[in-house]
Amino acid sequence: MAGARRGAAVEIAALRKEYISGTGRVLALADINLKVAAGEFLCIVGPSGCGKSTLLRILAGLDTQTSGSIRIDAAGWPVQNAMVFQESGLFPWMSVAKNVGFGLMTRGVPAAEAAARVDAALRLVGLTKFRNHFPHQLSGGMRQRSAIARAFVTDPGMLLMDEPFAALDAQNRVILQAELVRIWEQTGKTVIYITHSIDEALLLGDRTVVMTAQPGRIKQIIDVPFPHPRDLMALSAAPEFGRLKLDIWRVLEEEVMRARTEEEER
Amino acid sequence: MNALSAKARERALYLISPVGLLIVWQVLLMAGIGDRRFIPAPTDIAARFWMLIESGELAWHVGATLWRVFAGFFAGSVPAVAVGLLMAMFRPVRIFVDPLIAAIFPIPKIALMPLLLLAFGFGDASKIALVAIAVFFPVVVNTYTGAANIEKIYWDVARNYGASQTVLFTRIVFFGALPTIFAGLRIALAVSFIVLVASEFVASKVGIGYMIWNSWELLQVDIMFVGIVTVGVLGLLTSVLFNEIERKVIPWKAE
Repeated sequence: MAGARRGAAVEIAALRKEYISGTGRVLALADINLKVAAGEFLCIVGPSGCGKSTLLRILAGLDTQTSGSIRIDAAGWPVQNAMVFQESGLFPWMSVAKNVGFGLMTRGVPAAEAAARVDAALRLVGLTKFRNHFPHQLSGGMRQRSAIARAFVTDPGMLLMDEPFAALDAQNRVILQAELVRIWEQTGKTVIYITHSIDEALLLGDRTVVMTAQPGRIKQIIDVPFPHPRDLMALSAAPEFGRLKLDIWRVLEEEVMRARTEEEER
Repeated sequence: MNALSAKARERALYLISPVGLLIVWQVLLMAGIGDRRFIPAPTDIAARFWMLIESGELAWHVGATLWRVFAGFFAGSVPAVAVGLLMAMFRPVRIFVDPLIAAIFPIPKIALMPLLLLAFGFGDASKIALVAIAVFFPVVVNTYTGAANIEKIYWDVARNYGASQTVLFTRIVFFGALPTIFAGLRIALAVSFIVLVASEFVASKVGIGYMIWNSWELLQVDIMFVGIVTVGVLGLLTSVLFNEIERKVIPWKAE
């Protein structure tokens, strides 16, 4: 895969998203201004319903903003972005290898080259032996690893990850987090990673964006000063880690409580 | 070992009801309850069955019926799958086709037989057309339902990973709908036997339906029973075959 390349750079300016719902207009996102540096690992946390998934879907091209602009500079990358969803979203009727190669097939990559790239991606996530299995024959962790391989194999400038490990058990999550960080450190891609876990945001990211409850605004952006490569287990036991976690929780708590009272009033 | 014997016991239990029915039937007739000219005993039917097999007469009728069922089944289900998928993918197609389906589906298809005789004549074509029409509706409705209810995440993945309309159609929508399509085909298979045998009563000189109707007119009640049993056996065999095909075609369906 890529050597010292830097991933896509993103510039979001005055982004706004409104939904038309049954009762009227719902403001999901307002005043989103955000620059993501090439090769950065950016985490976004926020209370549920803060529009963080909507933001990611807009970046992925699965949804469109009401107003505002997004500039993604992914020059030098064959694919601008690839998304990893909360549930793996593997097609149950395709083998693991076919699933992983899906983004190559759709883009007309020649079969021999595609096969080689799929092999490499499967090796990267340790699923070579399971290439001919169907998704229902895999564990949840293996399915999510397949989904990550499917994203990496297209060689995107930017990975968009929507709580990719939320449905996994704690042990599997730790292992996959470490794998993700390792792969990211090797490939230099930009990652935008949504999570509801402060721990996860601090372990993985260079910066953490805290969003407000509905409508989603950026409340604060916190630099995560821990150097790479990271040892996630050691890091999570460090005193600075705990202090930073508490800081972010104070910011987030306010928003979670506000979301709750608003829900009760509704 | 234990599980195996439990399975064997279940299989035995499965056979008790039909075999028991036949025994009771036989015993009652042998005891002189019921008129054997109108209600033949299972042994009489079996004997007649054997005679018809030996003479090749049964094979002749079965061949005609099976050919019509399969030809009609394919002629009806292939376009039904295509139309169902198009309905799910393109809203205008659905809006255009929906009222036609709603209006024609409830018409008893056998009522179309005179019309089809006018159009296709007395040969196989009219019967095949009838089966095709009868098969079309359950398959198109099931295909549409299956394709329209594909989980949203599969659409998202397909779009995010650069799928064209063609890829969406052939790799995602079709396969996503396949389990539901097969449920529709299963109904269609039974429906095709139902309408075909009925049409052979009146509009044919060969086929199981003709055999049943003809034996009624000649009051050969045992042949009538042979025909009825044959339809049941054909239904069972094609259904078993169908299960095997389904298992091959949908290997990802959880057992």
